[in-house]
Amino acid sequence: MIRLVPPIFETSVPGRKGYSLPEIDVPCEKLESLIPEGMLRKDKAELPEVSEVDVVRHFTRLSQLNFAVDEGLYPLGSCTMKYNPKLNEDMAKLAGFTGIHPLQDPTTVQGALALMYELSEMLAEITGMKAVSLQPAAGAHGELTGIMIIKAYHENRSDTKRTKMIVPDTAHGTNPASSSVAGFEVVEVKSNERGNVDLEALKALMSDEIAGIMLTNPNTLGLFEEEILEIANVIHNAGGLLYYDGANANAILGKTRPGDMGFDVIHLNLHKSFSTPHGGGGPGAGPVGVCEKLVPFLPAPLIIKKDDTYEFDYDRPLSIGKVRSFYGNFGVLVRAYTYIRTMGPEGLRSAAENAVLNANYVQALLKKHYVLDFDRICKHEFVLSGKKQHNQYGVSTLDIAKRLIDYGFHPPTVYFPLIVEEALMIEPPESESKEELDAFTQAMISVANEAEEHPETFKDAPYKTVVSRLDETLAARKPVLRWTPEEE
Amino acid sequence: MARYIPNTEKQQKEMLQTIGLSSIKDLFADIPESILLSRDLHIPAALSEMELSKEISSMAARNASADKYTFFLGAGIYDHFIPTVVNHLASRQEFVTSYTPYQPEVSQGTLQTIFEYQTMICELTGMDVSNASMYDGASAMAEAAFMAGTATKRNEILVARSVHPESRIVLESYAPYQHLTVKEIGFKDGRLDIDELKQELSSETAAVIVQNPNFFGTLEDLETIGEITKNAGALFVVATDLMALAILEPPVKYGADIVIGDGQPMGNTMNFGGPGFGFFAVTKKYMRKMPGRIVGQTVDRNGNTGYVLTLQAREQHIRREKATSNICSNQNLNLVMATIYMTLMGKEGLREVAETSLQKAFYTKKLLTETSKFKATFDTPFFREFVVTSEEDPTLLNKRLFKEGIIGGFDLSCHYPDLKNGWLVAVTEKRTQEEIQRFVKIARGDQA
Repeated sequence: MIRLVPPIFETSVPGRKGYSLPEIDVPCEKLESLIPEGMLRKDKAELPEVSEVDVVRHFTRLSQLNFAVDEGLYPLGSCTMKYNPKLNEDMAKLAGFTGIHPLQDPTTVQGALALMYELSEMLAEITGMKAVSLQPAAGAHGELTGIMIIKAYHENRSDTKRTKMIVPDTAHGTNPASSSVAGFEVVEVKSNERGNVDLEALKALMSDEIAGIMLTNPNTLGLFEEEILEIANVIHNAGGLLYYDGANANAILGKTRPGDMGFDVIHLNLHKSFSTPHGGGGPGAGPVGVCEKLVPFLPAPLIIKKDDTYEFDYDRPLSIGKVRSFYGNFGVLVRAYTYIRTMGPEGLRSAAENAVLNANYVQALLKKHYVLDFDRICKHEFVLSGKKQHNQYGVSTLDIAKRLIDYGFHPPTVYFPLIVEEALMIEPPESESKEELDAFTQAMISVANEAEEHPETFKDAPYKTVVSRLDETLAARKPVLRWTPEEE
Repeated sequence: MARYIPNTEKQQKEMLQTIGLSSIKDLFADIPESILLSRDLHIPAALSEMELSKEISSMAARNASADKYTFFLGAGIYDHFIPTVVNHLASRQEFVTSYTPYQPEVSQGTLQTIFEYQTMICELTGMDVSNASMYDGASAMAEAAFMAGTATKRNEILVARSVHPESRIVLESYAPYQHLTVKEIGFKDGRLDIDELKQELSSETAAVIVQNPNFFGTLEDLETIGEITKNAGALFVVATDLMALAILEPPVKYGADIVIGDGQPMGNTMNFGGPGFGFFAVTKKYMRKMPGRIVGQTVDRNGNTGYVLTLQAREQHIRREKATSNICSNQNLNLVMATIYMTLMGKEGLREVAETSLQKAFYTKKLLTETSKFKATFDTPFFREFVVTSEEDPTLLNKRLFKEGIIGGFDLSCHYPDLKNGWLVAVTEKRTQEEIQRFVKIARGDQA
């Protein structure tokens, strides 16, 4: 049953407890004799006072207000909402993994180091890179790490003029943001009529100020950059490096590799292509791989194998340093490791093939009902335009997204990429069956018909959710960012 | 393998027919022939669930973990007790397998949980606004430095040497990319050297960063540091520990502008250092300058209360290169665990855990320093963790303890050569009197 849930603070009853702790068994001192009175808290933090039952009901009811992959198709483009295997969860929760400390002697955590070492080797093979760091905590964090490596590489050669990073107009928002955080000026390159990087426009941007280019391939239109080899040549000839945003790597697993395309540095989103769950926004993991000449710049430490023992290698004088504490989101790495070992080489290739098959199938069925700006074979996702519905019937892409919820599906990514008007970006991963895809396309077609016949229905959609459409403008204009008790 | 990919060969053929292609190969015709991989990836062949589970379990069994060993190691990651309810609720797949709540009508569970989390962080820190988590405490510190640089248009960061070494390394790795320089301020008797800070503060100082309790477990004099920092026009950034804040005055009392830290002690297992989460809170003045996602309350068409991601004009998906940070995915599920933990422990329980840890740490320090084998390195108040100077090389000491099933303290000499034989010992509420006495006995080398 779905219902509104009052904030936990409103169910608090003074004196209620949700925990049990053993009696303290050591001699105790007066608190004031251990910590100066002035430093001791005068007013207790107002945390809830609730029973264990209250807590279980509260969060169980809250969880029921989320749509989730385990409930059905979650076709968010560029997010790869594939099935999250339950074996991965069990392995990551083994006490031998959750109960180890990052600073204990490496000889006492050889199982963990072996897993990390093998995972980085496998990811290097999958991407065609020389070495991989598992440290970055998410995709954007991987991007930042990779861009820092590019900067360090140029600076190490005393090539300090390279201040510009090229980013296509189809790029994820994190690409320009990461470049900018790393101190680069962002230069946009436009797309051509096939939805790929415009090679001539790219050539015109070349100079000795270009540090590199950030590319997603297949790009965010779900289209493979057919001229990738020419692009790599142009950039390399100008002295720049190629960065591969691995958000869309699910389309190419076992089919082709960024290293073979000419990329110098890459990141992967383990929470996309490698099946680790998104957790409502994280934790993810964004390992970074590099070609041989960039290995010295990888974050420290790397894990190395000496005879049959695994060690941390901190002796990396050219390293960019560290981008987070310790070694990365280890628990996420265990899940990805489990997935790769479950799939094997054939399984990974089959994942890519079926993801691409699913996307092309849905694209073929929907292009009669929505505008498709780039009508060609796509990879793992494709982008429809809602401009017909918008211009002719006054039904926006946001309206379509909200209405789709009433049909039992999570909406696609909307209004992205920016170069498609009223964009609907659809990614049906390989873990979806033809039956689920047919149900989804039926829903999308019904919505398109409804837009034509009953456009007024859309204004108040969705109808079947616990709350109806929420006022986002109000939230930003008058921010209420925490609960406060009602004034009496 | 096929168990995660439902389509049968027959279905694949039907689908290809609908598309108008004859084979899977045709779907990849847009990839230049020369870069198509013509071989299998050189990775191990697929294993069944039964085989793989056995193999990975044996890897896990090769680690000396907290279910088999007694931990007196802390240094930023702590072995606290986690009630079973946390795992049960945080394992609900509606929390685990959902995406970032960009469609609020079908994400109220995640959004409301974040809203309640933000409230708890504000309660504990005293700050006005909390975001919805960062990767960890160390990267949160780097982001705080960036934010201070932008807010003050100054470019020098002063950071206490008593701040966690991992955080300082991350800060120093990030800083040059935003043209910030980092200067370290030394310590006296285990806490920041106020005289040195006074000397280094200038009109170039964007922020002063301290940690409380600091890396040594020692409590800093936040009142004095806050005052001289504010007088110099710099932002006061306090890294802290949510557990300690159950019994310590919140940083807002000392004029903190940004409060950050690592949230792992709140209901998250040690996980070899990740995933945990970082928290990030500011005063209202800096609300629109902070990095990361924020959840706000609003109403729906029927006047019902609901929650949405808000103030998104700061974020990369809207502002691209002009965003306050590039952060996108954060550590949401770890935040969920922390929220469940803080709710269970509540107003009294969190204090009880904090106070018990403190009492047990004090008791341990007292026993350790009873003989000449260990000397108290600092004579200053501490929380949960303290430094002693050992007669014996801490490496050998830890090896001896390990043989007896104990993971000993952190050897400080690698990061602080000036603290030779310094040994950082952490004691949580999980350690029993018996474990503490045994640990002390072995560490001191008492004769039976």
